[in-house]
Amino acid sequence: MTEAIVTHPDNHEPTEFTLAMLDWLPWLEPPAEADLTPRQRDSLVDNARSKSAYFRLLARDPDILEARTRTDKDIFFNTSSGLPRAERELAAAATSRHNGCIYCASVHARHAITYSKRSEDVRRLLATGVTANLGERWNAIVAAAVALTATPIEFGPGHVTRLREAGLGDAEIVDVINASAFFNWANRLMLSLGEPAAAAK
Amino acid sequence: MTDIIDTLAGLAPDSPLAQIRDRKPITRDQAQTSYRALFEPADTTDVSLQERFAVATFVAALHAQPEPTAFYAALLSRTDAPEAFTAALNAEIAAARATGPYGAYPEGPLSAEDVSGPTYAVTNTQALGPRLSAVLAHAHMLVFHPRDANGPALQALLDAGWSNTGIVTLSQLVAFLAFQIRAAAGLRVLAASVP
Repeated sequence: MTEAIVTHPDNHEPTEFTLAMLDWLPWLEPPAEADLTPRQRDSLVDNARSKSAYFRLLARDPDILEARTRTDKDIFFNTSSGLPRAERELAAAATSRHNGCIYCASVHARHAITYSKRSEDVRRLLATGVTANLGERWNAIVAAAVALTATPIEFGPGHVTRLREAGLGDAEIVDVINASAFFNWANRLMLSLGEPAAAAK
Repeated sequence: MTDIIDTLAGLAPDSPLAQIRDRKPITRDQAQTSYRALFEPADTTDVSLQERFAVATFVAALHAQPEPTAFYAALLSRTDAPEAFTAALNAEIAAARATGPYGAYPEGPLSAEDVSGPTYAVTNTQALGPRLSAVLAHAHMLVFHPRDANGPALQALLDAGWSNTGIVTLSQLVAFLAFQIRAAAGLRVLAASVP
């Protein structure tokens, strides 16, 4: 049997970066919640993710989904050392803004605001883009994330110097690298397996 | 097993940056587990090992990072890929180079930020076959202009014989490499930048 994509002819994709909660519609059929195998359920890590079409679709390959999710959670949630959570989220939002992932940018811009309380700066990043002036420490983080997001990669010694001058130590710079690198993974899945939609009212 | 990101970044196990990575063992271990899920998979029904390493060699080369390119090319050569196949793949790599990210937004206010760039298709489909040719075109889009992705691009993969599950695996593989190659490149730059 030849498989076919799923289309959403009535969906109007968001046309601007936004802080609003968005929905996401898959272009390939995810397994139904009731049809998930025990291994697929385990690979979701959080039970609640069985409600998400995105994670159910990725559960078609449970081994890489589980490792992806555990990598993601530790890079962003493990604040035992390194960069404050707000600035990890800033790097994720800047990476998503530069790659053009409206869905990912909305999620991580909201997180950046939650942890930094710098709503105006984050709004400016979404509205103006990665050249927005957010103060030197944030500018240095955004510039590093953007340079690492370019293909071929443009991140170089000048970015490291600028981060150090902005007060970041090596453990914190490693966190900037991991947060931005990880969102180059996440953005590509979100952008290429489905489309964003305004959340159901 | 040696840590692949340390290897690609050129970090010795006791180097200062390897020690910083050791403070977050879950990040380190799960990045490694991700590599193994994709390149030492339990199940190769939907995507063969040779297909995985061919795509990885292509993706690493498009990032213009010598260490991962050599790493995945060596793994490809261990799958007994015929010389004509490898030569054809290398010719495609040379033709596929670009600078990203580019692409178009859904029509609206962001259209002012649209950046144009090439859409790539394999030339030597004879040597590489329809399945791999389709996935290399898709990988090129994911590497350089992911915001141009759309449903028809996935339909092209289905039409070339890939299953839904195979497409999920291949999407993860290309997207994971976008992470792994950047993590290693960033660490390599940082390691060389003595304060």
